[in-house]
Amino acid sequence: MTAKRIVYMDHSATTATAQEVVDVMVPWIRKGFGNPSSLYSIARESKKVVEEARANVASALGSHPDEIYFTSGGTESDNWAIKGVAYANRKKGNHIITSAIEHHAVLHTVEYLERQGFEITYLPVDETGQIRIDDLKAAITEKTILVSIMFANNEIGTIEPVAEIGKVCRERGIYFHTDAVQAIGNVPIDVQALQIDLLSLSAHKFYGPKGVGALYIRKGVRIDNFLHGGGQERRKRAGTENVAGIVGLGCAIEMAVSDMDERNRRVQALRDRILAGILEQIPYVRLNGHPEKRLPGNLNISFDFIEGESILLLLDHFGICASTGSACTSGTLEPSHVLLAIGLPAETAHGSLRLTLGQENTDEDVDYVLMHLQTVVQRLREMSPLYADHLKRVPHV
Amino acid sequence: MYSEKVMDHFMNPRNQGDISDADGVGEVGNPTCGDIMRIFLTVKDNIITDVKFQTFGCGAAVASSSMATELIKGKTLEEAWDVTNMAVAEALEGLPPIKMHCSVLAEEGIHQAINDYRIKNGLEPWEEKNPKSHCHEIPDTVS
Repeated sequence: MTAKRIVYMDHSATTATAQEVVDVMVPWIRKGFGNPSSLYSIARESKKVVEEARANVASALGSHPDEIYFTSGGTESDNWAIKGVAYANRKKGNHIITSAIEHHAVLHTVEYLERQGFEITYLPVDETGQIRIDDLKAAITEKTILVSIMFANNEIGTIEPVAEIGKVCRERGIYFHTDAVQAIGNVPIDVQALQIDLLSLSAHKFYGPKGVGALYIRKGVRIDNFLHGGGQERRKRAGTENVAGIVGLGCAIEMAVSDMDERNRRVQALRDRILAGILEQIPYVRLNGHPEKRLPGNLNISFDFIEGESILLLLDHFGICASTGSACTSGTLEPSHVLLAIGLPAETAHGSLRLTLGQENTDEDVDYVLMHLQTVVQRLREMSPLYADHLKRVPHV
Repeated sequence: MYSEKVMDHFMNPRNQGDISDADGVGEVGNPTCGDIMRIFLTVKDNIITDVKFQTFGCGAAVASSSMATELIKGKTLEEAWDVTNMAVAEALEGLPPIKMHCSVLAEEGIHQAINDYRIKNGLEPWEEKNPKSHCHEIPDTVS
């Protein structure tokens, strides 16, 4: 059997851990197994590499190392940031502002708080997926304690006006949390300049390992603990450190920010070539998200008359890994809340395809995807009653 | 996620297409739900001599359409009417719980096509025994 060609274009789902990252992790799984909280020499070495990784994360974000707390990933960081700030500041107010297009790690967390008596405002987004600063200003009340708006959207890649949000929040004395899980390594981030109070990140989105992330908490932010137990992470996040994972995170984030501009230029050029190819070869498509202010590797396209899961299954047949906002892959029957929030009709949302490119993609990958995508779309359209009706209306196409 | 049988019918759909002078046509589903199924029948002497389908939908919707057309081809209208969504799902070696509504769609599509034929021929349409809603029907067990 010949090896099937695999073209991976789902980097917003996860990335392959870089070899360099794996190499620095391995010693800390077996040889350097010491618990950083212990006293003897091998434990001190574990402690030392954890602190080196912390310095790397701090440097990537423009923060102080004491403001970085390691977690199990983006979901824990989002939960901690939102619930921790909500409960620690309840006396001040019970109002939280977020957006309609957040990741479920944020949306389901604020929905939980809503059931606990907090009031939540979900800011709408425009057709590109950006919130409007005027909407934010208008939503703020005397009871507002937290604004949680993502840095960049995982589905449509739209980058939010983070600097303006930070400015508004700082002026009003409201904490600003941002889920930057998709942004690290793709967008320059300086938490001081952007006036961010809390920021979530996850290693496996930038060629690091799964199961490890971090939360940046600006010094002075009032926040409750989320995991209670031992005194790790300066008594704020209990649990023996995932040393190998943290070392991997430290290495991955250093690589992610060190050659960011050059890598992103290359990835974006590949992404733009796929987009141009699709627009040239395939009629009845629309680009979802912002035309410019979007993640360099993100492409989200809706194909009229066909459904996303079918597209994925046929692409998978050719070894192409992608994703969709159609209901049929989400475990519910509703299409993506993000695509509905930017105003797409449900049937257009059902026909969406997300390709997210990354550093190992090549020009050959782009050619391969373009070649097969056209076939896949045509094949599904030939099967579709919606397309048949369309052809009756426009018989000469 | 899908059985080999579902993938086979999705990758190689049977009876895909349309019949321009069909004796009965059924259409079920809607674009908001993410699936539409259209079934075309040719009927001679109460027997379904030809059947075609067009489907907008997921892998399970396409496979259910394809399997349903196989199950009713060559059958009498009474036999075809009695093909249930469970029969379609079983013939596909099972569907994930969240996708069972696709097999319901196939059953309803057949029923609509048969009743379209009956109405066109001056006959009373048959009544649905157990009207099922296929859209936004969330099963108890979601994997």
